[in-house]
Amino acid sequence: MSPKTTEKIAFNVLRAMAALIVLALAIVIGEIAIKGIPALNWEFISEAPRKGMTAGGIFPAIVGTMILVAGTIMLALPIGVMTSIYLVEYARESWLTRLIRLAVVNLAGVPSVVFGLFGLGFFVLYLEMGVSILAGSLTLALMTLPVIITTSEEALRTVPNGYREASLALGATKLQTILFIVLPNALPGILTGAILGVARAAGETAPILLTAAAFFLPHLPKTIFDQVMALPYHLYVIATQVPNADPKIPYGTAMILLMIVLGLNMIAVVLRSYFRRMRKV
Amino acid sequence: MNKAKIVSEDLNLYYGDFHALHGIDMTIRDREVTALIGPSGCGKSTFLRCLNRMNDIIPICRVDGTLMFEDTDIYAPTTDVVALRKRVGMVFQAPNPFPKSIFDNVAYAPKLHGLKDKTKLEEIVEKSLKQAALWDEVKDRLHKPALGLSGGQQQRLCIARALAIQPEVLLMDEPTSALDPISTLKIEELIRELKAQYTIVIVTHNMQQAARISDKTAFFLVGDLVEFDHTEVIFTTPKDQRTEDYITGRFG
Repeated sequence: MSPKTTEKIAFNVLRAMAALIVLALAIVIGEIAIKGIPALNWEFISEAPRKGMTAGGIFPAIVGTMILVAGTIMLALPIGVMTSIYLVEYARESWLTRLIRLAVVNLAGVPSVVFGLFGLGFFVLYLEMGVSILAGSLTLALMTLPVIITTSEEALRTVPNGYREASLALGATKLQTILFIVLPNALPGILTGAILGVARAAGETAPILLTAAAFFLPHLPKTIFDQVMALPYHLYVIATQVPNADPKIPYGTAMILLMIVLGLNMIAVVLRSYFRRMRKV
Repeated sequence: MNKAKIVSEDLNLYYGDFHALHGIDMTIRDREVTALIGPSGCGKSTFLRCLNRMNDIIPICRVDGTLMFEDTDIYAPTTDVVALRKRVGMVFQAPNPFPKSIFDNVAYAPKLHGLKDKTKLEEIVEKSLKQAALWDEVKDRLHKPALGLSGGQQQRLCIARALAIQPEVLLMDEPTSALDPISTLKIEELIRELKAQYTIVIVTHNMQQAARISDKTAFFLVGDLVEFDHTEVIFTTPKDQRTEDYITGRFG
């Protein structure tokens, strides 16, 4: 075979592999959409399940997932951003920073069900939070932290050193430089990272299974110490525990979950491009 | 002779084990332009960065000897670095305006140092931009992003930003090396004008530039201050053979 032919084959194989990814996503979304969209109507997204969850809507689960996502971001974002500021701006390379980075990498590798078990043991039982929004958000936050720390570190490092030097040379303190120069410039990257992180968390079942999720709740939670229904767990429940449920319901639930996750990703993409345009002229 | 502004006596600087500056003795005088020249890695930028303690950023950097800025011992542990940097401004090699508006770039430091009065801020911004010979070009677009300016304008904006805290000394680290010849000329003109009010220390790779704008020239070579004298003496009748070799282009 001539080098030219080999080149052509290689190019086409690589392109086919790339196309495969798009195809896989299209099939997943397509399948869910085709079976799920018929289930979608106002009643489905605005009412609680009825008749032992064989009919009705999924409103409490939608609200529950939203609350968990909000709680997760409120807990994980400040901790994650502060950690990354410490690592990038303050800490000198030492055994301590290496240890923190190692911890972050390993935290990212812990299976989500292990987080769930930890959440149950530590937040729910030991700290006596009970199965609650707080315990679930803390567990999800812990799971999201590595993503937020890594992306925030990345974002802080892309802020040119010239900005820091200029600010310090003008008599700004290190903290002022971080607050007024570094953080505003790193914010788009930090926010997109955080949103992608919680979007991932929004779809997780295992961590909330033991810490926050209720099998069935006809009403909405009143405090952060209440249990909530959540979409991923609700999906699992109706798909496996409710044999005579309308088959449209799990697909409709999956569709809503998918829309929330993809919607969050979309917000991240839009935010990023918006900030990028802002910084240009 | 103008009064002494910064006096360096037996100043040594180490990066870890590397001895980067060897016992520098130098007196920088008020309202003069002092040029620091020498080949890359000779220590001229390192010396410049001692004057406002920008070397503090580098963790392994260590300094001994004395460096006096009028009555302030720059490296004394009790010296307030923030206060020092308000009196010793700096302009860097590559123009580095913040990604903010032109106005906010100049107003950044005065605001930080507690000035809140809007009219006073506007006055300072206008005055600083005028001093930096940029006012006429930007007065109608003060609230546009600074990154939309040309490289030469950006560098003059950085000068305006440094002037906004009304420093006494202005340090310039190869301020024109990233600029085209026309912008370079403008900055050089500006330096000549600023000399009336400020003490200027400038690092430059361009010997013609040193000859054009400076009153005194210091020639550094591998961490030694080889020769320091009036600029015309350095460029016409240097005492040291190494200085002569360098300015005649025999090495470097």
